[in-house]
Amino acid sequence: MSDTLAPAHPVESRQQVPGGIGEPVLRPDGGAKVDGSYEFSSDRSIDGELWSMTLRSPHPRARIILVDTAPALAVPGVAAVVTAADVPGVNGFGLISGDQPVFATEEVRFVGEPVAAVAASDAETCARAIEAIVVIYEVLEPLVDPERAVDGSFEAIHPDGNVIRHQRIRRGDVDFVGEVTVEGTYEIGMQDQAFLGLEAAVAVPDSDGAGLELLVATQWLHEDRRQIAACLGLEEERVRLTLGGVGGAFGGREDISLQVHVSLLALVTGRPVRSAYSRAESFIGHVHRHPARIWMRHHADRDGTLRKVEARFVLDGGAYASTSSAVLINAVTHAQGPYRCENADVEGWAVRSNHLPCGAMRGFGVVQACFAHERQMDLLAEACGLDAVDIRLRNAMETGDRLITGQPIDNVAPVARCITETMALPMPEEDSDGHVLSAPGGAGLTSDDGVVRGVGMAVSIKNLMYSEGFDDFATVRCVVRDGRASLKFATAEVGQGFITIALQIARTELGIADVAFESIDTAVGSAGSTSASRQTWMSGGAVVEACRGVAAQILDMAAAEHDVDRALLAIEGEWIMSDGIPLITVADALDGREFEHTAEFHHAPTAELDEDGQGDCHTAFAFTAHRAVVDVDPELGLLRVVQIATAQDVGVALNPLSVIGQIEGGVAQGLGLAVMEEIIQTDGVIRNASFTDYLIPTIADMPPVLISLIEERDPIAPLGAKGVGEPPCISVTPAIVSAIDDALRRAGVHRSALTRVPVRPQDIALAGEGSTTTVGP
Amino acid sequence: MPVVLPETLDELRTVTAGGDVVLLAGGTDLMVALNHRARVLPPDTTVVGLSAIPELATWSHEPSSGEITIGACVTWADLERPPFDQLCPALAQAARTVGSPQIRNAGTLAGNIATASPAGDGLPVLLALGATVDLAGPSGDRNVPLDDLLLGPKRTAIEPDEVITAIRVPEVQGWQGYAKIGVRNAMVISVAGVAVVLDAGARRARVALGSVGPTVFVAEEASQILSESFDWDGWQCEESIIATVADTAAAEARPIDDHRSTAAYRRHGVRVLTSRLISRGVERR
Amino acid sequence: MREIGTECTLTVNGVAHEVSGLHPGESLLDALRERCGLRGSKGACQEGECGSCTVLVDGVAVCSCLTMAASVEGCSITTVEGVGAGDLSDLQDAFLRAGAVQCGFCTPGLIVAATALLERQPDPSANEVCEGLAGNLCRCTGYGRIVKAVLDTAETRRSSTS
Repeated sequence: MSDTLAPAHPVESRQQVPGGIGEPVLRPDGGAKVDGSYEFSSDRSIDGELWSMTLRSPHPRARIILVDTAPALAVPGVAAVVTAADVPGVNGFGLISGDQPVFATEEVRFVGEPVAAVAASDAETCARAIEAIVVIYEVLEPLVDPERAVDGSFEAIHPDGNVIRHQRIRRGDVDFVGEVTVEGTYEIGMQDQAFLGLEAAVAVPDSDGAGLELLVATQWLHEDRRQIAACLGLEEERVRLTLGGVGGAFGGREDISLQVHVSLLALVTGRPVRSAYSRAESFIGHVHRHPARIWMRHHADRDGTLRKVEARFVLDGGAYASTSSAVLINAVTHAQGPYRCENADVEGWAVRSNHLPCGAMRGFGVVQACFAHERQMDLLAEACGLDAVDIRLRNAMETGDRLITGQPIDNVAPVARCITETMALPMPEEDSDGHVLSAPGGAGLTSDDGVVRGVGMAVSIKNLMYSEGFDDFATVRCVVRDGRASLKFATAEVGQGFITIALQIARTELGIADVAFESIDTAVGSAGSTSASRQTWMSGGAVVEACRGVAAQILDMAAAEHDVDRALLAIEGEWIMSDGIPLITVADALDGREFEHTAEFHHAPTAELDEDGQGDCHTAFAFTAHRAVVDVDPELGLLRVVQIATAQDVGVALNPLSVIGQIEGGVAQGLGLAVMEEIIQTDGVIRNASFTDYLIPTIADMPPVLISLIEERDPIAPLGAKGVGEPPCISVTPAIVSAIDDALRRAGVHRSALTRVPVRPQDIALAGEGSTTTVGP
Repeated sequence: MPVVLPETLDELRTVTAGGDVVLLAGGTDLMVALNHRARVLPPDTTVVGLSAIPELATWSHEPSSGEITIGACVTWADLERPPFDQLCPALAQAARTVGSPQIRNAGTLAGNIATASPAGDGLPVLLALGATVDLAGPSGDRNVPLDDLLLGPKRTAIEPDEVITAIRVPEVQGWQGYAKIGVRNAMVISVAGVAVVLDAGARRARVALGSVGPTVFVAEEASQILSESFDWDGWQCEESIIATVADTAAAEARPIDDHRSTAAYRRHGVRVLTSRLISRGVERR
Repeated sequence: MREIGTECTLTVNGVAHEVSGLHPGESLLDALRERCGLRGSKGACQEGECGSCTVLVDGVAVCSCLTMAASVEGCSITTVEGVGAGDLSDLQDAFLRAGAVQCGFCTPGLIVAATALLERQPDPSANEVCEGLAGNLCRCTGYGRIVKAVLDTAETRRSSTS
């Protein structure tokens, strides 16, 4: 097991089989996706299947007095109705704690919590059966203010209590007071992953009722399997999952949604059962990004050197724990941003409420922390009389600098380069091109003169992979047979393009052009989750190891058959080289034989945090900067993002086309959080569970994105390549808000800095809720 | 019978005679309700599709009277494009803000009226133009001012056996314009919408407001002040008058707080849009 | 007067599909997917807000989730499966090359909408592409590669005819 997995020869200098690392290889599933033949999990149906539907709580908090399913069972065409009483194993699941019931028993804790499920001959019958189920609730007062969970003034809404996780970070001189201090309180609203491919699955029971097959769109097959097996009282080996085509994930498929329900119905009915969520159901059926309230106070020398960070984080985890604990740790440990800082006093809570449960969404706690710390850096710049870029350069981290947890950054850390290269990218044309979409308000024709342009920038640090001692790994089996290589992995392809680079890596490592991957399912070991920007590193690392295992066998055989020193042999391009001289092609050397190797790739262990939040708890880090240019109509508060520029620390771009795709897609999500996306709940009830009222950016809202890829090969990452999925969506949000503030300043509008995302028109146009930012001394 | 498609207006009157039919034009409102099971069609429902009646799919302009007649099944896409956009610019502007290209290819002005959403994009312009609506029914046809048809949110005075066949608007000499506030550049429900028509021939102005009341409505006081104070001969309007008209329109608005926006912002939006539209009218932009 | 009962013929990509048992008010999207076996068109919102279900009816792009199936008997319907007529169309190929496909869920709707856009506007500006495709949501790509794919297609068509 190796963490470095440096290429045997530097990639640039070696000959490559076509389609190897570093090329913009086209995705292998692309043809099927453009001609409509690609099968998503919602496209699969099986003869004789039943439809299913879920009955959900209409109340954010209520005691269940009675559930009567008899009227539903009486509807013709209904095959089964299940509730908590029908759960054969443990009525509890969750990624970290098993605190969430499959079906509610005594109490419902959020609007949308599942209470029962139905299987019937068609969707229409399911709907009528759902309507027929009688549930009597005693409505209770919901906990909707997270502060009441922190201060303990609200009764426990769950046996595990209202505080999911609390963590403090204390480092250096916690009483230090800087020559300059700035503070503010920041709010981040609830964002939804809003993947287009709605939740869908098909479960087929084994004839003995002790196992099943499940086709499902998910992020982590084996973790789903673990939870399904536990809830259904089955052996894990009897729960066989296959990945259906996934229509995006962004964290929203990491938790169980429909998996246990549809599997249970299949077992109970003895027939295949299909489940598919509507958009409204999807909005309440998966976890969301944690809304957060963050107070920060930064202390600096007069020359702008950052000396201390104080912060208080409150993350609203909603009704069930999901991964709130880990999200909190990510948030508090990234409080300082990508800046040197020797003193810190940070405290954070992830708490329970009767809001929709929150968990993983791209960025995982760092989105919230970064918004706060970058707004703070803007305030600090102003207070110290420095340019926003200069203060960041002054404090920019380098390899060897430490987080406020004491952990040193061992990876390449080109923070200054991220900043300077971002700012060096060309600015957009001064004048609008006159098209209606280029003006704030677009075709709504709201703009006249008085539109002002602003520029803002922000920088982020993001951890890659999992943390706090979690033994994360990925498994890949490589088989070479008949001159062709085949990879078997359980890595969830959710659109990010792992299947593309897996083949590229194999081509480069094996010198074989003809590479394919097999069905993605649980017939091989776990690949871990497609999340945390980890699959390039972890599953990619496993591909490297598996292929090198096969390559080693091929070279062993070649050495023996050609009577050469094994130590002189290497694969370069399609050749086996002996001491740099071509000996025989890999294809010829294979000569009809078969080779196989399975690798389980682990990263170096991480540590837990002590009670002062000290410990090397993260695995690796990546850095990004964004610059935003925004045109603002100050009187109406409408805006147009004109351009985003970004330089991202990627290590090595294994597939530049895929990397650009991740960056542009991440920028769109960060833009959405900045100016339009928010799940709105009033008294615990969601108001906008539809694409009509949960607005994600359309093509007409997206500006051109200028990209600079910073390729400083990372000495620790396999193949030198860092994960690229999350960094693009993090600092773009504060960059846009900073640009809005800049525009307002230029327009002569005197008001405090914007402290909340998403920014709404009234936040810009109406002086009213003043911000709580103060500058001193 | 899932769908009947009458091919003439007489066939249409016959089919709607019982009153218990569901009318289908573009389907962009009806189908949403059916897809979400907010509305369920009983198995014996007759759906009457309007797409096979040629008169309904065209618009015409009578130069001598200056009247524009828009068939009930004319789509937003038709209204957006030349030559209609020259004939009735404000309606073309409103059309361009509706939904998406796909929605505009199917959705109709008649559907916008029949749905009578307080946020309906075509309605402020139609009201500001003084539009009238042709209704066909088994007991006779009638022409009704649009203003009289809009009763409340999603409620109209159209009888169960009546069908909108056309919308009539005048060709206006002067200036007309529409503006709408939305948080996103496409597919967005209006947060506040204003239409202003400066009718030089009639020497009358109308300001109509959308998304700030239970129905779209004409801001009568603001319209009256503007009509009386606009310098029709010199084609001018003093800044102070513009401000007064804008403030009056904002005061006439009855906006609410909801998940899309606040009453305060909507009222502010009405003031700003009214002011900007009048200024554009003065400059004939 | 035409009357279309619970049975009708849907002409899709040049092929007549005999469809029966239509529910009252059944959408074209459901009919295509569940009765014609054409699952290329996707449902992601059922309210015309995402464009994943986009098809052409007599050459005009509409949301099939908002189209009543029975009402388009006699029309010529084109879905993503029919855009390429056997091979991939130049636009489909351009999507692949530009990296405009990630999860792919929005792709069929976009291919159909962009096909119609280029028919109507063979030489669009980037802004016109954006306004023309504003009814198609994508959550993965951020749209940059999609705009490029459409502009590349227009460019290639221009230079091959010039």
